[in-house]
Amino acid sequence: MLQQNLCQELANSIRRHTLKMVHRANASHVGSCLSMADILAVLYGQILKIDPANPNLPERDRFILSKGHATAILYAVLAERGFFPLEWLDTYCQDGSLLTGHVSYEVPGVEVSTGSLGHGLPIGCGMALAGKREGKSYKVYVILSDGEIDEGSNWESILFAPHHHLDNLVVIVDYNKIQSFGTVKEVLDLDPLVDKWKAFRWSVQEVDGHNHQQIEDVLNSVPFEPGKPSVIIAHTTKGKGVSFMENQLPWHYKSPNTEQLSQALSELEIQL
Amino acid sequence: MRTAFIKTLCELAEQDERIWLLCGDLGYSVLEGFSGRFPDRFVNVGVAEQNMTGIAAGLALSGKVVFIYSIANFPVMRCLEQIRNDVCYHNLNVKIVTVGGGLTYGSLGYTHHGVEDIAVMRVLPNMTVIAPGDPVEARLATQAILNTPGPCYLRLGKAGEPVVHQIEPEFQIGKAISLQLGIDLTLISTGGMLQSVVLAAEKLASQGYSVQVLSMPTVYPLDESAIVQASKKTGKILTVEEHGLGGLGSAVAEVLALGEIPVKFKSLRLQREAIKVAGSQAVLRASQGLSLEEIVEVAISL
Repeated sequence: MLQQNLCQELANSIRRHTLKMVHRANASHVGSCLSMADILAVLYGQILKIDPANPNLPERDRFILSKGHATAILYAVLAERGFFPLEWLDTYCQDGSLLTGHVSYEVPGVEVSTGSLGHGLPIGCGMALAGKREGKSYKVYVILSDGEIDEGSNWESILFAPHHHLDNLVVIVDYNKIQSFGTVKEVLDLDPLVDKWKAFRWSVQEVDGHNHQQIEDVLNSVPFEPGKPSVIIAHTTKGKGVSFMENQLPWHYKSPNTEQLSQALSELEIQL
Repeated sequence: MRTAFIKTLCELAEQDERIWLLCGDLGYSVLEGFSGRFPDRFVNVGVAEQNMTGIAAGLALSGKVVFIYSIANFPVMRCLEQIRNDVCYHNLNVKIVTVGGGLTYGSLGYTHHGVEDIAVMRVLPNMTVIAPGDPVEARLATQAILNTPGPCYLRLGKAGEPVVHQIEPEFQIGKAISLQLGIDLTLISTGGMLQSVVLAAEKLASQGYSVQVLSMPTVYPLDESAIVQASKKTGKILTVEEHGLGGLGSAVAEVLALGEIPVKFKSLRLQREAIKVAGSQAVLRASQGLSLEEIVEVAISL
């Protein structure tokens, strides 16, 4: 488990890895990666019970990144935690690399391949149900994007989990409020998102998704209510940490050029 | 076939605690044998096939062998991407079991006709595709897929099909079952058409033809050597299936074409167009050229 200042460093370092990976690969989704950097840093730095030396321990916590397009930063945090050498990150999206542009379970530390939206939560329900019925102590954490909540399959799971009292299941919504074509409000409004989850009998908490203390506290308090699944609505900023990427839709797609990369990296150096 | 399936599954589940069964709120008066005996390993997920398939993947990733059960297209077409990405990509121990294969539920309308399922399932990575020909094959297939790791599609009919195999055949996934040897022609069927081809062979025999009959419950992996041998021996192949384009006939044609095998070949299958009228299984089969008489006629013309 990392001290909180080290967790800040982890968040900063996986942001920098991500920028370099996306730049080298000329890949998309840098904004989607940066918005959940702090959540991933707290999860992998302080919360998840996992052992990089024994990635298949039956009692390990399970983590599923359902927004599988934001894979660069997941690979970065797995490498930082020692699941595989940091040098592998240089191969992201390169010919023959295991590090594909959407999450691949061929990569050490990854539980589930994702990339088409709306798949992670049903799988998480299955894992949580297995754990529950067998009296296992592990928890299952699933990160959803906000745009992803449009997918109907999620709502099948959102109905299912409370019915089966899956209080070992924790959903984190990376609510950066920008999806592919515009703001969530413009494309397909989720409001009132908290009330929707409550109406489906989930226990809901809201946090600032960039405040490590808040993220840590809320994750340490799950399940919020016994017998209920927990959902954390994490208010985040798309592109967080790089001034010219923050809240800018084009960074869902664009890859930083050399100049933009060096500006972004220097901004992050200063934040350390 | 469904009775044979659930009875066999219960027997297997008694011995093997990895076995789970999920249903999408279908299977009333069929699945109670399992749910009553193994409530901790049964879930009715509600009318939600996408979630059902994802849950099955999550359970399989937790070490379970998961059977999911529903009618015809629902656990195949509705959740095809979950099958492709969650089950096949990860090569998981999920067995998709459908009842109502082909025109079993003919009068219920096209929504309930399982007539493209084999074509879709046989192109997916890691997927084994089995359509048993009678309750005996259904029982043996259920046992066999438990011992074959990875995804499987098991396509059943309904309850009450006739038993065709009077003697228990040797059942192996990926192997044809020979019911009768002959030298003039080979009839190959998959799924519930088995009885029809056996009866057709009898009629043909009475007219002096020596007919070989192969049941081909496994459409993928296909028993290519049985097809090649039958072609060389009889020179004529007729496939018969209650399924449309892309099923057994297409799979056999691929083997024959790629092997450059000189053989006369025809495929009796359903038309590509949706059937828009009500009809019993027998009536709809006949309307699609799958009556016993037509099988015999096409066989003679080959």
